[in-house]
Amino acid sequence: MLFLFPSLAGITVFVLLPFMDVIRRSFCDAMGRKFVGMANYKLVLNNKAFQLAAGNTAKFIIICIPVLLLVSLGISLLLKNQRSRKEFLKTSFLFPMAIPVASVVLLWRLLFHWNGLINGLLVRTGIEKIDFINSNKAFIVLIITYLWKNAGYNIILWLTGLNGIPASLYEAAAADGAGKWAKFRYITLPQLAPTTLAITILSFVNSFKVFREAYLISGDYPHESIYMMQHLFNNWFLSLDMQKITPAAVLCIILFIMLILLFMKLRKNED
Amino acid sequence: MKIRRGLKTCLLLLMTLPVWVPVWMLVSGSFMGTAEVYKNVGPVLDKASGMAVWQVFPEFPILRPFVELLLDSPDFFKMFWNSCIQVFPVLLGQVCIAVPAAWAFARFRFKGKKVLYVLYILLMVLPFQVTMVSSYLVLDRLNLTETHLALIIPNIFSAFPVFIMEKFFRAVPVSLIEAAKLDGSGEFYIFIKVGVPIGAPGILSIVILGFLEYWNAIEQPLTFLVRRKDLWPLPLYLPEITAGKAGVAFAAAVIMMTPAVLLFLYGQKYLEQGIAASGLKE
Repeated sequence: MLFLFPSLAGITVFVLLPFMDVIRRSFCDAMGRKFVGMANYKLVLNNKAFQLAAGNTAKFIIICIPVLLLVSLGISLLLKNQRSRKEFLKTSFLFPMAIPVASVVLLWRLLFHWNGLINGLLVRTGIEKIDFINSNKAFIVLIITYLWKNAGYNIILWLTGLNGIPASLYEAAAADGAGKWAKFRYITLPQLAPTTLAITILSFVNSFKVFREAYLISGDYPHESIYMMQHLFNNWFLSLDMQKITPAAVLCIILFIMLILLFMKLRKNED
Repeated sequence: MKIRRGLKTCLLLLMTLPVWVPVWMLVSGSFMGTAEVYKNVGPVLDKASGMAVWQVFPEFPILRPFVELLLDSPDFFKMFWNSCIQVFPVLLGQVCIAVPAAWAFARFRFKGKKVLYVLYILLMVLPFQVTMVSSYLVLDRLNLTETHLALIIPNIFSAFPVFIMEKFFRAVPVSLIEAAKLDGSGEFYIFIKVGVPIGAPGILSIVILGFLEYWNAIEQPLTFLVRRKDLWPLPLYLPEITAGKAGVAFAAAVIMMTPAVLLFLYGQKYLEQGIAASGLKE
């Protein structure tokens, strides 16, 4: 037990105990003294900024995770039996992980700015310029950023899953005269189910990190189409709005606990 | 068949262009003199009208931006150093704290293990913003806000390395541990002599994943170092250079990228193992 003690002590002091205080404060007035019941929760749920941010975050997650899963699965299937330059290709797809956010931001500005390279190209081909940063197109830029950054991570996970499928299954199917599509549909896909679940969770965790790019490109108050929960928390934090930020944090934790229990249950059902 | 395979390779290589073209742009931009940078990207930095343009190679490649950044920008050095102070102690601390914790999860059965494990997964999944207030409350009470320690200490207790290491430790053969036990070794000795050497690739992978994470720290310095801009790490400082001295912006981006890229190329094998471990079943 001595092995676990330092870690657990740290987590208790730096996360669990202060979070108890957050729960308490979420039911109190701004000074953290008088008990006000659910008033703060009502305040948050009726808050326009909260509704906007929650909606955007949900929309982002619902769109970007399936797209990322499909794109990275497609590339992994191509890579699986690839012999020439496989290592180089894997390095290439993983490389964006090593490019610091701040460097990415410089590039993105160069590409997506109103006077940037992509718009330059559009103008030359006679198409109208697109405002990528200050219109609802910012949402698309954010999705591209997420795909670009996370595809490599997911490709490695998919490849691990694909390599774990016993070759004997494919051989048996081939002996039964199964075609390529049938093999994919009846062997590859079902065998990948556990991997899919894990990748979904990890993609979900990583989806919150696009805030970094969004923040460095557009600051505290970006175009409203990419105003995420992270912006909201950040802004409430900077204005020390305890009455709003504490109930919002509690609500988020409850949501996350439910998601994890659901995830554990799905995993159990696989066995 | 051969042609098909060749086509597939070409297709895959084409798909790597979205990775390598931007990298090349950063690198080639870092060798452009200030005048050339302004000429090319001035419109994007609101320093000139018209549209940004780009050449595949710099017209007059020079090392001037690097010289200017490394010799004439004391700020840059300071921020680079800040980043180092905020990253390396975290990695060291994580190895000291997370590795034994992972060993406990992988090796022992104890009461409440399952609940604790779920707790660790929850902490791993939670975005920083959700625990931001609680971290702030405790750091404030300990008088640690606006110091380097505000970024170092909470990160040391991150749950993610515990989660990854546990997967690596689970692969340690029970027979080895039993053999060590028969020799009369204590638990701590078994951990050091059997667990750590076998888990070494895992330790490398958490260090690499950790470095890539904390080298990009943005949220934490933004919240815990509000009033101390002089303690800011590189990621927050870089956009400021871009605004002020466009000529060296690319060189700064490249210098910032270099440690991460070197570590990545050196440790790609471990990075891949770590990623694969993160997808394993609990």
